[in-house]
Amino acid sequence: MRRATYREALREALREALKGDPRVFLMGEDVGKYGGTYAVSKGLLEEFGPERIRDTPLSELGFVGAGIGAALGGMRPIVEVMTVNFSLLALDPIVNTAALYRHMSGGQFSVPLVIRMATGAGRQVAAQHSHSLENWFAHVPGITVLAPATVEDARGMLAPALADPDPVVIFEHAALYNMEGGLPEPCEVDIRGAKLMRSGKDVALITYGGSLHKTLAAAGALATEGIDAEVIDLRVLRPLDAETILASVRKCRRAVVVDEGWRSGSLAAEVMARITEQAFYDLDAPLARVCSEEVPIPYAKHLEEAALPQPAKIVAAARATQG
Amino acid sequence: MTLPPPPSGPVPWERPFALRLLRDMLRIRRLEEKAAELYGEQKIRGFLHLYIGEEAVAVGALHALEPRDNVVATYREHGHALVRGMRMEAIMAEMYGKREGCARGRGGSMHLFDASIRLFGGNAIVGCGLPLATGLALADRMRGETRVTACFFGEGAVAEGAFHEAMNLAALWRVPALFVCENNLYAMGTALVRSESQTDLCAKAVSYNVAAAKVDGQDVVAVHEAAKRAAQQVREGQGPLFLEIQTYRYRAHSMFDPELYRDRREVEEWKTRGPLHTFTARLKAEGKLTEEEFLALDAEVGQEVARAVAFAEAGTWEPVEDLARDLYTP
Repeated sequence: MRRATYREALREALREALKGDPRVFLMGEDVGKYGGTYAVSKGLLEEFGPERIRDTPLSELGFVGAGIGAALGGMRPIVEVMTVNFSLLALDPIVNTAALYRHMSGGQFSVPLVIRMATGAGRQVAAQHSHSLENWFAHVPGITVLAPATVEDARGMLAPALADPDPVVIFEHAALYNMEGGLPEPCEVDIRGAKLMRSGKDVALITYGGSLHKTLAAAGALATEGIDAEVIDLRVLRPLDAETILASVRKCRRAVVVDEGWRSGSLAAEVMARITEQAFYDLDAPLARVCSEEVPIPYAKHLEEAALPQPAKIVAAARATQG
Repeated sequence: MTLPPPPSGPVPWERPFALRLLRDMLRIRRLEEKAAELYGEQKIRGFLHLYIGEEAVAVGALHALEPRDNVVATYREHGHALVRGMRMEAIMAEMYGKREGCARGRGGSMHLFDASIRLFGGNAIVGCGLPLATGLALADRMRGETRVTACFFGEGAVAEGAFHEAMNLAALWRVPALFVCENNLYAMGTALVRSESQTDLCAKAVSYNVAAAKVDGQDVVAVHEAAKRAAQQVREGQGPLFLEIQTYRYRAHSMFDPELYRDRREVEEWKTRGPLHTFTARLKAEGKLTEEEFLALDAEVGQEVARAVAFAEAGTWEPVEDLARDLYTP
């Protein structure tokens, strides 16, 4: 299997989409001349020109709204928003237009728009660039929310997202851009369900995005203690793949949800609620979760690390379920 | 505020075209008078925003467009939907919340949609239509389509960031969009002079290199001629244009509005400039219309309204099992 970084995988996916469909174009802040804030779109301006690699002014509300219009007008825009923090300036068109147009129009207008944005902490860029607000989007019916955590998903999720006639939001975890991983050829993935990343029998560790790798590290550490942990990568945050989650919980009878979002009102809370509703009598221990501490993500390295889910916290939470 | 004299002067159109526009203004007026009545009877619920007094804007502007053009409207859009070609029955049924409505009762009065006439809503977030229209026009520019996207919005929208971001993007990318600002002087109850430091709306558009013109919105002739020129320029690829159409809403903002913010005398004064009676008088003065013909036209429109009400009354309710239908494309 070929090796590539998460960034290279994303770029390959973009290039393939741009080559394969003249309706596809990329727009966002610094996607062109600058080469992408995270260098994902580096080289694409030279290859595809300024019409299709379209630099925008700093107008999140405006260019996300324009992306919706272009999608309604027959194009297949990929709109890049620099970070999830900045996407709050564009929540209106995403929530009040893209997500509800199809339903509100009685099925007449679908919005085939893909929005990509960076999310998450771990790079000491402080509170206004580090948050994980994926669950704000996952709260909204009418959109599909994806969180590629692997190089394979970084490469493979864009094509099905573009083929989807309805809006799709893709969260790229900022700490993963340099991560290397295996890339199967061809790289075909679905955007429908969660994925079993490690099989186990003692505890189900359910996570997504940047926390996947910390969770896998925790599972490795738990194995040395004789605890056989299963790891589920949610991948699709809306709609949630309850079937895979419940199957894992029923098998392991214990579960820990790991989520970089803040604890209160988190996606972890939703996953736990589903398990409680549908698999309560299959549980041998109370559910647990590891989330970010409820503070703005700080700059100083030791404080940032303390604020985030870490393998040691996951190990401790998983161990506690073993009673 | 001293108002200009009522619209007057020759109507530079052949009789059939002039009567078509008169008829459309009358259709909006009578449809909405009936809707207000039905609101009182609780047949129509929620928000109902009437366009009465502003009919010349939608009628004049939309008759300047072609069927292939796009229209983006606001929550005060019954008139736009009707003039654009939506059946009055479908509008009324939508206001009733019936399955036979244009959006199967999902949208109601504020969210009239019709893909067949390229009407992209019916948007009730003030200003949100502008970026959307910019994107629709961008899609056309990128594909070399000679289509115009007409975007209607009130003057309240110019205070939104969406207006400023969209003006800049539209001018920067030279997209074929026609921005039609329906300036009725009040954003709900807040007068323009109480909310904007710069009340010259054209100056705002011009600051983004978008050419702009002011038009008397009570004069259907002035609106139509201005919109025709503007649409042609936009279609020829001269970039976006902005029209500030100065008009006035005779009725309350919505059915919940007690109108504490304006003087009745101001409303009465504006009514002397009414788009319907002034246009009718001009046509009569030119011998293009007699009183008998007007009454016959009005009676015909009245029958259309009656048919629309009967259609809505006879309509059915969307089954509750279909609540989640059309959330995602199957």
